[in-house]
Amino acid sequence: MTLALVGYYEEWWIQVLKAIVIFAVSLQLVPVVLLAERKLLGRFQARYGPNRVGPYGALQPLADILKLLTKEQFRPRTSVGFLFALAPLISIVTAVAAFALIPFGNVQRIFGTPVGLYGIDVSIGPLYLFAFGAIAFYGIMLGGWSSGSKYSFLGAMRGAAQLISYEVSQGLALVGVIMTAQTLSLTGIVQAQKGMWFVVPQLFGFLIFLTASFAETNRAPFDLTEADAELVGGYNTEYGGGRFASYYFAEYLNVLVVSGIVTTVFLGGWLLPFGIHPPGWVDPFVVLAKMSLITFLFIWVRATLPRLRYDQLMSFGWKALLPLATLNALVTAVLVVVTH
Amino acid sequence: MSEATTPRPAPLPPSAPQLSSAPAGGVTVTAWCPSEDVVEVTRTPAPGPARSAWRTFRETARGLKTTFGRMLERPVTVEYPEQKTPVYPRFRGRHKLHKFEDTGLEKCVGCSLCAAACPADCIRVVAAENTPEHRVSAGERYAAVYEINLSRCIFCGYCEVACPFDAITMGHDYELSDYDRTDLIFTKEMLLAEPLERTPLRNEGE
Repeated sequence: MTLALVGYYEEWWIQVLKAIVIFAVSLQLVPVVLLAERKLLGRFQARYGPNRVGPYGALQPLADILKLLTKEQFRPRTSVGFLFALAPLISIVTAVAAFALIPFGNVQRIFGTPVGLYGIDVSIGPLYLFAFGAIAFYGIMLGGWSSGSKYSFLGAMRGAAQLISYEVSQGLALVGVIMTAQTLSLTGIVQAQKGMWFVVPQLFGFLIFLTASFAETNRAPFDLTEADAELVGGYNTEYGGGRFASYYFAEYLNVLVVSGIVTTVFLGGWLLPFGIHPPGWVDPFVVLAKMSLITFLFIWVRATLPRLRYDQLMSFGWKALLPLATLNALVTAVLVVVTH
Repeated sequence: MSEATTPRPAPLPPSAPQLSSAPAGGVTVTAWCPSEDVVEVTRTPAPGPARSAWRTFRETARGLKTTFGRMLERPVTVEYPEQKTPVYPRFRGRHKLHKFEDTGLEKCVGCSLCAAACPADCIRVVAAENTPEHRVSAGERYAAVYEINLSRCIFCGYCEVACPFDAITMGHDYELSDYDRTDLIFTKEMLLAEPLERTPLRNEGE
């Protein structure tokens, strides 16, 4: 069993360039997802969605962001100033940092320089992701707490409990894949899917991971942190203007990150089925296409399922998802040992 | 029950034996006995874990199928400013005052019956005498001032019913917003003017 080549080391200037490119790409992708979500939600509800700003409403995200950025930066008198300003930043930085890990392609030669089409290829891929997922929780928790509002605080508390409970299942669902691929590097995991995408042997892991990801990104039907009906806006109730925009940005970027992880880990990353080997520059588009499929699924589920009650969310996470994820990991472990 | 209820602040006088013998502060609780017309809903036994998991999965898939079907259909939105909902012929929109087509005289004779019938009190009529030199209406008098305050009008159509000469009728125009309240007081000239037909009429049988 040979391990895939991971941890390809690059010059420092390539790394800096890649960091800028990744930030720029994620900045471009978020408005697209935002618009896609609003248009698709409209179509799911037999209406058009935004169609006034620009052709087919294409400039709607721009208008939204302009509106938010030109608003006054206010904060409640009871808020804790420093943390109140810091919390949205934590959310956005962790989201972008997690985005850096998603491989959009293998190592390519660009103008004769070998460049990996990913931010970094760490040898602890999923652990890095979960670490940043855990730090992202501080963005929600601190934001909710430092707002000095009961609704924000309740939303933050819910977010904290939710993130912790579902991160366990999410991690355990990945354990099966890691055991099968025998590597923690995300590019390594993609290379290990040459024969068959992991969605087939790890179907249960895929479903568990997807379900846990809905909770992890605070999306419907698990958007308890921002349950409008009971908590006004949840942890971001007291936020407005650019800070709210950062939270909003981070939320959609998290959706993209999760889509990217699902693509990488379960859908074979940049690989195409039936032995099709396109040239290297096609790889990022393959990944983007797969990511948009998963993002579509996110939006589709949001349009379909009603929000869970809080105790249902907790009992589902601990009593259904966690045992299933554990069982999945155990069965995979036994199968890996038996077949090798 | 007895633990939950707090003891009375003053102890009961001994001259109330029927109260002190009753349980827990003298409150008698009658058991709920449903009458005969109460139908008890019978529920199926709670499904097992595998069954309920399958049911959840199946129902989720059914819901996803439903929403996907909606996405493939055309939206039902009427894009209002460009596309207007057609009105029925008897739709009660903005009022119109009428003239005789042959003589060009106003039909309104200034009788103020419409103002009397108006429940919102939004019509103001000031009548004046017709003279041979200055003949405005076909009758003895005419409306020198005829104003409808459309910000008060409730579009009930009683003015139309009250009018003995069919001088005032309800039109089809419903786009009556303005920037100033005073602009919504329609004068006689505005009501007599041939109105812009901005609203499409619904076809027969539509």
